[in-house]
Amino acid sequence: MSSRHNDLSWRVGGPQGSGVDTAARMFSYACAFGGLYVLGRREYYSNIMGRHSYYDVRVSAAQQPTSHRETVDMLVSFEAETLARHTTSTVAGGVVIYNVKDEDIPFERITFLDRRLREDLASYLREQELPPTTAGLLEDARRRGVQTFAFPYDEIIQALAQKLDVHKSVAQRTLNTIAVAVSVGMLEYDPECLVKALEKIFSGREKIVRLNVTAAELTYEYVREQFDFEHFAFRLSVNNQGKRMVVLNGNQASALGKLAGGLSFQTYYPISPATDESVYLEGHHTFPLRTGGTGSVVVVQTEDELSAITMAAGAALTGARSSTATSGPGFSLMVEALGWTGINEVPLVVTDYQRGSPSTGMPTRTEQGDLLFAVRAGHGEFPRIVLASGDVVETFHDAAQAFNYAERYQVPVIHLLDKNLASTTVTVPPAELEVEGIKIERGELYISTTQNGQDPFPRFQPTETGVSPRPVLGQPGTLHWYTGGEHTVYGRVTEDPVVREQQMEKRMRKLEVIAREIPVEEKFRVYGDADAPLTVMSWGSNKGAILEALELLAADGIAARLVQVRLLWPFPSDELRPYLESASPLVVAECNYSGQFARLLRECTGRACDYLIVKYNGRPMSGQALREALKQIHAGRAEHRIVLRNPYE
Amino acid sequence: MAILESIKVTRKEYQVDFPNDWCPGCGDFGILSSIQQALAGLGLLPHQVAIFGGIGCSGKTPYYVHAYGVHTLHGRVLPFAAGAKLANPELTVLAVGGDGDGMAIGAGHFVNMGRRNIDLTYILFNNEVYGLTKGQASPTLPLGLQTKSLPEPNIQGQVNALMLAMTSGFTWIGRGYSYNVKQLVRLIQEAVQHPGLSYLEVLQPCPTYNNLHTRDWYAGKDRPDGQPRWYDVQEEGYDPVIPEGADEETVQAKLAQFVEKAHEWGDRIPTGVLLVNRNVSTFEERIAQRIPDYRSAPPAKRPIADDEGRSVAVLDAFFEELAVES
Repeated sequence: MSSRHNDLSWRVGGPQGSGVDTAARMFSYACAFGGLYVLGRREYYSNIMGRHSYYDVRVSAAQQPTSHRETVDMLVSFEAETLARHTTSTVAGGVVIYNVKDEDIPFERITFLDRRLREDLASYLREQELPPTTAGLLEDARRRGVQTFAFPYDEIIQALAQKLDVHKSVAQRTLNTIAVAVSVGMLEYDPECLVKALEKIFSGREKIVRLNVTAAELTYEYVREQFDFEHFAFRLSVNNQGKRMVVLNGNQASALGKLAGGLSFQTYYPISPATDESVYLEGHHTFPLRTGGTGSVVVVQTEDELSAITMAAGAALTGARSSTATSGPGFSLMVEALGWTGINEVPLVVTDYQRGSPSTGMPTRTEQGDLLFAVRAGHGEFPRIVLASGDVVETFHDAAQAFNYAERYQVPVIHLLDKNLASTTVTVPPAELEVEGIKIERGELYISTTQNGQDPFPRFQPTETGVSPRPVLGQPGTLHWYTGGEHTVYGRVTEDPVVREQQMEKRMRKLEVIAREIPVEEKFRVYGDADAPLTVMSWGSNKGAILEALELLAADGIAARLVQVRLLWPFPSDELRPYLESASPLVVAECNYSGQFARLLRECTGRACDYLIVKYNGRPMSGQALREALKQIHAGRAEHRIVLRNPYE
Repeated sequence: MAILESIKVTRKEYQVDFPNDWCPGCGDFGILSSIQQALAGLGLLPHQVAIFGGIGCSGKTPYYVHAYGVHTLHGRVLPFAAGAKLANPELTVLAVGGDGDGMAIGAGHFVNMGRRNIDLTYILFNNEVYGLTKGQASPTLPLGLQTKSLPEPNIQGQVNALMLAMTSGFTWIGRGYSYNVKQLVRLIQEAVQHPGLSYLEVLQPCPTYNNLHTRDWYAGKDRPDGQPRWYDVQEEGYDPVIPEGADEETVQAKLAQFVEKAHEWGDRIPTGVLLVNRNVSTFEERIAQRIPDYRSAPPAKRPIADDEGRSVAVLDAFFEELAVES
């Protein structure tokens, strides 16, 4: 068996509320403390307690992983449902760790195991002449070359309680640590790294740290004695000393980017998967300023999304950098006010974390279903900018940059993210998240110098760029009016046909200026072999999976490139033309049913894609799956439309 | 600002050179005039004031005041106004709108604004009908009444806006009448000066669509004694104030007398200041507890960039929470 050193796909699962997230955080931190790069991906139900959630951690020493794997090298479970759902995804040479109590559980006793999945698994096992039980799955795994490891969680907890003379219910709380320690032990990884992770997670609570460290030690002992190391090829070892990494997810990156970009006012109505951003901001509302004094953000939880966007718009009129964060259903409610900010030229940032839709859809699953909606949302016509980030680091920078765009062009900016980015955790070198280098561009913000002028100010004066000086409410000498109605240069309501034309032209002209001024490297980025004809065009969070697919293809001797479009509106039609002309074939990949990006591309450039790869089961694409699809395309064996599916996600 | 304080502000400074398109005899005129007089009388300069309007005839009020004016969306006037006030607490913020705007499409905002007690004044123009869309019943029209453009008597019940304001948490509640300008000016000034969220309901005839509650009806011309239906509670010695630190018993008693007044209607319609609750902190005070510099560096004014246009935020501590070093 070939050795698999410092390259691992680890999965932990369990009922929501049982600490699966904590286990994953512990394992991720332990890897990061050893200088290893980590990518974490969280899948969970719209439920508080009991439903199945799982967390994938991809670990690599060579470089930052950009995609999760659909196959698992190491599956950690402490209950039967995780075994049932994920054992078949475990690779030969890998290991399934399970609670000895769950050795033989019939599927029908697993409450939340979907009927469809139960029947699928049963029928698969029937073909192998195995029973529809966890025992059947474990036996099948062993036949496929997967090592199965029954772990006596209860015994270890009992031993821990005795050793430290604590109640069993206290010892029980170390269950997650034990699960992680089993992995650390099997991987023969440095136990010190887990100690550091525990110290970070339970910072300042020495007793708890000691309890958990002891639990880990007891676990290592058991693993050392019982595990068949010879038939397990995966190992992790400390890779680097003195390397500093920031471990963060998309929600945190967006929040921090906004703070770096001068956010002073944020509103929100709770909605998955956007809420964490605003809650993070509320917990981090005050910070020092480089020029002295303190900076702050006022965060308001509103009664609904109508209030969230209108309150943020009201704040923006006073000069505050203002934004709101939501998901598709909330964005639907915000649309009436989006038009108001359009006609009133209000700089406002709306962050839309797309999720499985329409309607309630799948609140905690990912999708890229809001693209055409974001581009068109609202009755009538007004300029807007739609921006989509490809990964966590881009999310940070774009969240800051969105305010510059909003203020420079006095338009609403819709920053499209998704659930995949929200709950993807990565390790990032601090230099990639540097705040001091971030530019603040306030455009035509007009600060008056008079003390007591009460004359009206031509807020909506037509200019060559369409952008007019923008005074703020409350200052002397710049009185003006806002109205959702068409208006004169002073903001006076009017239905005059000529003024209407002037104002409409003034506003819409800004789109041309935006298209002209935003640098091409902000509009889209090209990765992989820049001259390769095989061209994948995509947007948003698919970036990481496609990058990994390109690497895998390169190893197979197939050259390909990715054109990742970041500015979705105004659409960079002209600059994309050379890439479209040399693309052969042109493949569009996105997480929705109808190929919304492909449609937009065709609308704006006339070019239809040759192949469309879509996924709409609520789970993100992986590099593995894309590689297979692209190989089929390269071989000329693919249909025009390829749907990526995985029944076990 | 000593110089500014010595300037006498007149109503004229709040008047605009912009044609008014309300119907002749509309109650809105009395309210508009009262707003202008009240603001001038408080010595506020137009640029220190922002007036937000909802949608409907009354929502156009900001058009007719020489101050920062923001004509918003149907029902959304309160959150717009709240956003501006919270971002720049020095602004004097008024929100105005009709009974449909505030009690129907905007009722959710009305209720939740009460929970915050932001220092702004909401004036609800109550004429019981949707004027601009030709006289449909509003949520304040009593059940069974049939104003002239209704094909059938009103089939939906009435919301008691005063009661809703109280239960939502508004800390200053008053009622005026659009043709009692003298009282209305005083009420607006008290509402603006109240440090917290004020609700001022102004009863007004709609001469075009409300043929039941007309100017003559409010004036009591149909009554045997010919006396107006409205009266000023303060003239009868009504004390609306719940003082700071009031005990539970006092609070209960004040609320009970308010409830009584809020249900009076018909031949005796109470106007004046009906409730002042000084026992509740403002939202601004609550923010300042979290963010000590909130008043001196509010969202509208805090520095975000240095002279070179670079971010001045220092987020090291936040990154440290997330950092790991091998």
